[in-house]
Amino acid sequence: MSEEHAHIVPYKTFVIVWIGLLILTGITIAVAQYDLGAMNIWVALGIATLKSGLVIAIFMHMKYESILFKLSLLSALSILAIFIGFTFLDVLYR
Amino acid sequence: MSGHVHKDYIGAKFGMWLFLFTEVLLFGGLFILYAVYLSRYPQEFISAGAQLDVRFGGGNTLVLLTSSLFVAISITALRRGSTKLCLGLLGGTIACAALFMINKFFEWSAKFSHGIYPGSEHLLEMPPGEIVFFNIYYVTTGLHGIHVIIGALILAWTMVLIMTGRVNANDWVILENAGLYWHLVDLIWIFVFPLYYLILH
Repeated sequence: MSEEHAHIVPYKTFVIVWIGLLILTGITIAVAQYDLGAMNIWVALGIATLKSGLVIAIFMHMKYESILFKLSLLSALSILAIFIGFTFLDVLYR
Repeated sequence: MSGHVHKDYIGAKFGMWLFLFTEVLLFGGLFILYAVYLSRYPQEFISAGAQLDVRFGGGNTLVLLTSSLFVAISITALRRGSTKLCLGLLGGTIACAALFMINKFFEWSAKFSHGIYPGSEHLLEMPPGEIVFFNIYYVTTGLHGIHVIIGALILAWTMVLIMTGRVNANDWVILENAGLYWHLVDLIWIFVFPLYYLILH
């Protein structure tokens, strides 16, 4: 029915990614117990970005998709970054 | 199914991704609200965030991550011909969605009983930064909760299609797209959890 059969990801890969996500969640909770000032929010965002990267690449199969999918994801995230960046240019330097 | 039906898998998946991008921008707008008010009221955000219970947020993180694992494996299972395993995993995912909403119910009930809900007298007596925090919290987690319910309904509908053979090992794109939607629900929560529940614990 479909000619281009996408890659079948083995169960093991998913379980390893899930364990990784649990470990990263544990690290986020542990780090939040220490007062690092403004660094807390950046560490939390960094780990959340790493976790979402794992979910998008493996769970959502982005790693196995064509360049079209990857570029469109990149442009959507760029638009979001511009959205955030320009809002803060306004808010911080008003 | 007749072999003459035209199937465009790339197109179907790409359309789903385009929709997910609009969802990312929708929640992105709410995260921008959070960021702007965090920079304006850092102390109030910390004291308001401390009133959220990490156990609810953390428990729901485990539930969603595990449900995402179930959905991911269910696609591989269907394509390998293990239809029963696939249906079991999707059932497990819907159970996780129910567990998530039950958690949310108890969490919100506790907050409501303390008089913290949008427009309540107690909330309006709080400092402006805390009022903003709780209002954005209710909008973001409420909208996310609606996505959890919609995701569970879509997965239930997909299970029916698998049971009737409409979705099978050779024609699985509906399950793939339903799974993408479910992972998005998980993705949003990955950011909600640290920003709302862990902001300096």
